[in-house]
Amino acid sequence: MSRAIVLTNIGHTYMTTGGETNAIENINLTIAEGEFLGIVGPSGCGKSTLLSLMAGLVKPTTGRIEVFGKQVVGSDGTSAYMLQQDCLLEWRTVLGNALLGLEIMRRLTPASRARTNALLVEYGLKEFRHLHPRQLSGGMRQRVALIRTLAVEPAVCLLDEPFSALDYTSRLSLQEDVSSILRKAGITCVLVTHDIPEAIALCDRVVVLTNRPGKVKADLPIVLSCKDISPMSRRQAPEFRVYFKRIWEEMEQSVKANLA
Amino acid sequence: MLRQTLRNYYLSTGQAQTIGHASYLAHALLHRLRTRITQLAILLGFFGTWEAVAHYRLMDVFLISSPSRVWQTILWLYADGLLFWHVGVTTLETIVGFVSGTIIGTFTAALLWWWPSLFEIVDPYLIVLNSLPKIVLGPLFIIWFGTGYVTIIAMALAISLITTIIVVHSGFSHVDTLRLKLARSFGATKWQTFLVIVLPGSFPTIVSALKVNVGLSWVGVIVGEFLVSRAGLGYLAIYGGQVLNMHLVMTSVMLLAVAATVMYQAVALLEQKVMAIHQVGQS
Repeated sequence: MSRAIVLTNIGHTYMTTGGETNAIENINLTIAEGEFLGIVGPSGCGKSTLLSLMAGLVKPTTGRIEVFGKQVVGSDGTSAYMLQQDCLLEWRTVLGNALLGLEIMRRLTPASRARTNALLVEYGLKEFRHLHPRQLSGGMRQRVALIRTLAVEPAVCLLDEPFSALDYTSRLSLQEDVSSILRKAGITCVLVTHDIPEAIALCDRVVVLTNRPGKVKADLPIVLSCKDISPMSRRQAPEFRVYFKRIWEEMEQSVKANLA
Repeated sequence: MLRQTLRNYYLSTGQAQTIGHASYLAHALLHRLRTRITQLAILLGFFGTWEAVAHYRLMDVFLISSPSRVWQTILWLYADGLLFWHVGVTTLETIVGFVSGTIIGTFTAALLWWWPSLFEIVDPYLIVLNSLPKIVLGPLFIIWFGTGYVTIIAMALAISLITTIIVVHSGFSHVDTLRLKLARSFGATKWQTFLVIVLPGSFPTIVSALKVNVGLSWVGVIVGEFLVSRAGLGYLAIYGGQVLNMHLVMTSVMLLAVAATVMYQAVALLEQKVMAIHQVGQS
């Protein structure tokens, strides 16, 4: 498989009047095309910073990031985000929200519009197209947010704790949807989360970061013996709890140091 | 007994399926009715007492006027073709005042949002100007803009502008950072971010500033008319006071109360429309 994202010697330092903070340090990672990578770590370890760097929203202090062989300079829509909240604009209809990315990128054509409409139909939002977000349930809102991301046909999808604001059962159900939709589209995904089971259930590989400054502590391919890749059946796999224990052991020290 | 009749009515029309629901509806209607009747009674009581006190000379009519004299004054103004002239002049000045205050204020707020360091620089000056009782600028405006409507509108503008800038700018700056991040991830320019996320997201703030500005503009316009004018309700009141015609003063107070309420309700209606669209649902 070809390489989708390559991070070489990445470091990032925040400056404030109080001093400088090393958010992440010396990170080397290669993510294959179509891979679903999970990044877990204690809070404040620079997980989200890493995503902002991949999206080109922030420039790394040191090192180099390549997405599909091209160095990342500023955000150009190669990578699309899914954030903690759906961020739907309440004054726009469902369709208007789904078209937001295309509109901003000036790629709104009859073809891209038709494709977005087809996505809405495919994910059961056809009758809701002309409604406003307030009339939708939490799960539907996140699906609209996902379609807004897919509509711009990104090569990479960056998921920044997209399920953290949901209650547990909605979270399980949306994980199924998001996983199947993104895997079907064959998009390379990077998921940042503090939820260890979520990372194991969704990802092909999980990277554990240390406390600040974040470094790669462990890099574990997740191989589960189950018949399909849906997060729910992956949760049933016998190896699931083994990975859970392994990842927790990698994180334990950092988490305890944070609490002390 | 009335309650019984209402309950049967609700049951017979099918608006209520059960006796319990019908009693609830009857109770709710009676409550609304009671409130309205009490409000009406207060209004009639106020004017009735006022009229009686004047009619039986319990107080000097010269000082307190009376509802019937106010009504006669309105008819007299109407017959002379002056009623709509005075009401119109003041209303128009107020509308120009608060609309231009809101537009100029929003535009200035946008500039300050665009250049945050400009905001940092002017921030203390905004605070000084906001604290200043703007009415003291009246004498300056008379000399700068003359004794016409320009001074009056300047007065209305001076009173509402600074608050608008501060309120709307704070609305612009408090747009959800995740939304800004989302726009940036699509490669949005600053102008696109403003047009697509910041400005429409701040409509509720702008409309509530508009609502405050309506009240402030009335104050500015009346003060302006006290200072310079030859027409308008403020002029009518100050002229009435000068010639010791309390009927005229009371009449302009009454007309002002009606005009100001109508305009406030119109803006409140606009606010409702905007809020209906911007209402945040479950997320």
